[in-house]
Amino acid sequence: MGSAGLARLHGLFAVYKPPGLKWLHLRDTVEMQLLKGLNDFKPPPPKQRIRFLLSPVEDSEEKGLTLTATSVPSLTNHPLVRGPAFTNLKIGVGHRLDVQASGVLVLAVGHRRRLLTDLYDAHLTKAYTVRGLLGKATDDFQEFGRLVEKTTYDHVTRAKLERILSVIQGSHQKALVTYSNLDLQSQEAYEMAVRGLIRPMNKSPMLICGIRCLHFAPPEFLLEVQCMHETQQQLRKLVHEIGLELRTTAVCSQVRRTRDGPFTLDDALLRTQWNLHSIQDAIRAAAPRVAAELEKSLRPLSGTQPLPGPAEPQGSAHPSSASGLEP
Amino acid sequence: MALSAQQIPRWFSSIKLRRFINVTQLTKRFPRPGKTLLNGSCAWPQLSSDNYFLQWGYKTYRTSSLWNSCQSTNSSRQESNSAQSTLLPSVNEQSEKIQKIHSFDSDLFLEELDDLPPLSPLQSVSEEEAIQIIAAPPLPPASFTLQDYVDHSETLQKLVLLGVNLSQIEKHPDAANLLLRLDFEKDIKQILLFLKDVGLEDNQLGTFLTKNYAIFSEDLENLKIRVAYLRSKNFSKADIVQMVKNAPFLLSFSVERLDNRLGFFQKELELSVKKTRDLIVRLPRLLTGSLEPVKENLKAYRLELGFKHNEIQHMVTRIPKMLTANKRKTTATFDYVHNVMNIPHHIIVKFPQVFNTKLLKVKERHLFLAYLGRAQYDPAKPNYISLDKLVSVPDAVFCEEIANASVRDFEKFLKTL
Repeated sequence: MGSAGLARLHGLFAVYKPPGLKWLHLRDTVEMQLLKGLNDFKPPPPKQRIRFLLSPVEDSEEKGLTLTATSVPSLTNHPLVRGPAFTNLKIGVGHRLDVQASGVLVLAVGHRRRLLTDLYDAHLTKAYTVRGLLGKATDDFQEFGRLVEKTTYDHVTRAKLERILSVIQGSHQKALVTYSNLDLQSQEAYEMAVRGLIRPMNKSPMLICGIRCLHFAPPEFLLEVQCMHETQQQLRKLVHEIGLELRTTAVCSQVRRTRDGPFTLDDALLRTQWNLHSIQDAIRAAAPRVAAELEKSLRPLSGTQPLPGPAEPQGSAHPSSASGLEP
Repeated sequence: MALSAQQIPRWFSSIKLRRFINVTQLTKRFPRPGKTLLNGSCAWPQLSSDNYFLQWGYKTYRTSSLWNSCQSTNSSRQESNSAQSTLLPSVNEQSEKIQKIHSFDSDLFLEELDDLPPLSPLQSVSEEEAIQIIAAPPLPPASFTLQDYVDHSETLQKLVLLGVNLSQIEKHPDAANLLLRLDFEKDIKQILLFLKDVGLEDNQLGTFLTKNYAIFSEDLENLKIRVAYLRSKNFSKADIVQMVKNAPFLLSFSVERLDNRLGFFQKELELSVKKTRDLIVRLPRLLTGSLEPVKENLKAYRLELGFKHNEIQHMVTRIPKMLTANKRKTTATFDYVHNVMNIPHHIIVKFPQVFNTKLLKVKERHLFLAYLGRAQYDPAKPNYISLDKLVSVPDAVFCEEIANASVRDFEKFLKTL
């Protein structure tokens, strides 16, 4: 039955958005695939309709007609008459990804869409890998934008890049403490910092919790960024600014989200897996993790046991050591 | 009032004969789906060829007219009239027609009164007669779905059993109205027999009629002429079946229009007669669809993508769908294949399937091959990978035969894009 299939669909799951696809288009594709799966279920047996038909009376002494009750199948609920059982689904999209960006995109189906609001309010970090290209600058910070400037990059070394990165990280950590509205001298702040839960609880500019260089082979370099309240364009701008700090220019050739809150790359479904069964399985697998994560982040002071905080590997234990760039 | 009681059923029958000739075609007692509201205070039971039903309907009407007791015969007649013309699209039009019908009827009216059996609501009915009165609840006079009527119309039931998707047809209210008024034996059977003559299989009729429901209003002679025209153009019988099946609206096009369009494709592509015929048989949608996108696509292939005329001819005969493809998509695919994968025109011409594939698929596979160092599209060199193989095989085969990698690796790679 389709409704049973729908009942198992309420929940969150992650898909892998390929670059060059709009998130709205992706959502519509997923909806179409789900509807296809739901409508493929066998329709219920046709309802019987009671009709009183005229029939001659046999046994009685006088000849006559009587009404006999017969049930005939009713075509009212035939799939060809009624049309498809499901015509639209409510699917919500989590933190957006713009067209050129790729990576983990969280979708929610049915009444669990409100979990997306909870996820948003939890202000969890997201992880990105950002690929940069030294030596040129474009107007939109992307690789194929209009070229603005070309520069040399022979003087750039990995050490120089990492120095810049640590400066950026430090300044952002300072901002993080400012926006989290905590008194650093308090026991409460200490406990939260130990558990890696210091973060702003309302709107703020982009905050980077951790940034490091994964790969450096000029002109290319690959960064891993853990951040919150970002947009993909801000990350591209970050690459541009790193380029300027390095006394050269840089464009961003790829922005890819590897983690969105509790959802990692391994949970993300590829384009070929966007069908009812894979999505149902993914939803069932993700449900306990999402619940645990929300529980932990929405009630930060409920447990006294210090937990390892995977959300913020860098921690915020040394907030005062940073200085330099402002975000 | 007694007079009017006698008049109305008679009046119904005269109306039925003259103006609403279709009514008799309803096999079952059956409502008209109309968009208009009834003027009467009660839902007027539907017209029927069944006498008893008529009586019953009349009785209901009478009670209602007793409620608004100050109604004259004249106005009550009008009211019944308006109830009857539920088909009419708007109330204004309705009243207009009422006037017309009324004036038209008044002469005949009196003469026809004599041969009516005297009927009165107070008349007692015998048991046997009473048992035959079918007091079904009145069907909705207007509805947005055919679901309400399907159990009461033999025509609709038979169409459903044929496989016609009524839920699709009811999206077009005019078509649904038409379908309700048809009689299976009289109107539909001949069309079905004709389609069987053309060569459609039983299980293809449903999908055909779902698309081309308008064929019921076509003249049978015209349809025969169109099929004869196609035969005269040397389309074999199997070809015609194929074409009619894939482009149901083909039979709704006039001979002149079909001729024009066949001529257009032959002239524009400069193909031989036989090749044009093959092209049309493979994609009959070309004949029924708009010609503007075709013209635009041909221009785009020649001017924008830089194919020569004979190259376009070759590609189009291989993949006719290229003519109706989305111009933006084909341009994007060509851009990627030619400029990123560095495949020259003469190789693309050999494998036009690439225009039939999603750009995303081409991109993913090319990037995977490039990552593995196997992206080699030059036929003169070893380890050549043809475009055809690149795009047309499923993922599992692609990974195993072309990329020499496992599907898991391919999926992992896709997650790094």
